[in-house]
Amino acid sequence: MSERGIQWFRFTAPANFYDLAGRLIPWFAAVTVALFAVGLYLGLVVAPPDYQQGDSYRIIYIHVPTAWMGMFLYVLMAVYAAIGLIWRIKMADVMAKAIAPTGALFTFLSLWTGALWGRPTWGVYWVWDARLTSMLILLFLYLGYMALHAAIDDRQRASNASAVLAMVGVVNVPIIYFSVQWWNTLHQGASITVTDAPTMATIMFVTLMIMVLAAWMYSVTVVLARARVELLERERNARWVQERLEGGSK
Amino acid sequence: MFRPLLALLRRDLTLALRRPQDALTVVGFFVVVVALFPLGIGPDPEFLRSLAPGVLWVAALLAVMLSLERLFSDDYRDGTLEQLLLVPEPMGLLVLTKIFAHWLITGLPLVLISPLLAIQLNLRPDEIAILMLALLIGTPILSLIGAIGAALTLGLRGGGVLIALLILPLYAPPLILGAGAVDAVMHGSSAQAHLSLLGAMMVFALFATPWATAAAVRIMLD
Repeated sequence: MSERGIQWFRFTAPANFYDLAGRLIPWFAAVTVALFAVGLYLGLVVAPPDYQQGDSYRIIYIHVPTAWMGMFLYVLMAVYAAIGLIWRIKMADVMAKAIAPTGALFTFLSLWTGALWGRPTWGVYWVWDARLTSMLILLFLYLGYMALHAAIDDRQRASNASAVLAMVGVVNVPIIYFSVQWWNTLHQGASITVTDAPTMATIMFVTLMIMVLAAWMYSVTVVLARARVELLERERNARWVQERLEGGSK
Repeated sequence: MFRPLLALLRRDLTLALRRPQDALTVVGFFVVVVALFPLGIGPDPEFLRSLAPGVLWVAALLAVMLSLERLFSDDYRDGTLEQLLLVPEPMGLLVLTKIFAHWLITGLPLVLISPLLAIQLNLRPDEIAILMLALLIGTPILSLIGAIGAALTLGLRGGGVLIALLILPLYAPPLILGAGAVDAVMHGSSAQAHLSLLGAMMVFALFATPWATAAAVRIMLD
């Protein structure tokens, strides 16, 4: 790195990362709470009901952010896993592992809220639509990643093996997505289309973006917190852990 | 360069032929699973016919998956796999050879037995031909992708169940395209699009998965 810039590589050292994350988490948590409060207020109170779907559309303020995060976090997890595997950076392994549960949670929430929205709108909780199916498979990929990580006792081996799996998965996600789309369109035609409101009102769009940002901040907060705990566990014999834990403060 | 690969292929095939029950169990599983479907769904010929592509493909997929654990586990246990890592030939090629042998032992018999089951499920001859073609292209994909899972679960407790969780989501594309090819013919359109995509997928898997498998083997033997 250049002499003047921030030395980013400093934070690949566990102790430095631990301190930095500890300082950042309260800020991110505060922003998360603020954004969720504003977003939910705008979404549930200020934004007008949809002229076709009435109030049930409001679930998109949860549904869309969770779906985006579910997909995006998988890619991010795979990138971290690849960095950890290729350059042997321990922090990247920790981050990949910390992202997985949050990504799985978001994917599950997007399926769940989608089902709740589908019931009043489509009349059924679940259809084997291309998007639903590929999100379901994404959830399975997360679960496979976490299961493999948990099944291997040796930490380094667990990280490397699940990194391979995450990378194979990320190559497969577009293939799965398109194959599911072909499967759907080739078989049953467009029996159900997502009935978007013709044009999205500005207030709805702004609210949605706030909620997306809130989901982002939530992910950052939780992933950093989980990475810290994971670090303590991995490095429990290291001196920096002893120093920090004996101080009494966090 | 190819002599060690041929030797490895011959060794794997010889081992398999000395213990034919391994391969036969997989075929037996395939037949039994397909036979269970009419019992569960009912014997209506038209209904069974419409379900046949999916049933046959899912059964083939599960049969391949069950056989995967044996791909590396014996060699892992007696140390052959570690010796293979020391061979000067690229590990990817060695792994590919092993996968090819595995496919000859388990995948190919499934393709060959499938017409019999297809007749039982009332498929017509032209549909059976497409089914066999789709399985011929598709089962290598299943073996190739599955090898990654087999390598990643080497030496783990309950590896067999874990393979299912790791690999079955990745099996969605070949399943969709393979069953879709037969379905297209049943509905009077051409299966060419499905088969072409399936072929493309096989080429891609042939190119990419042996290296991922080799990396996984190295990690697990580390």
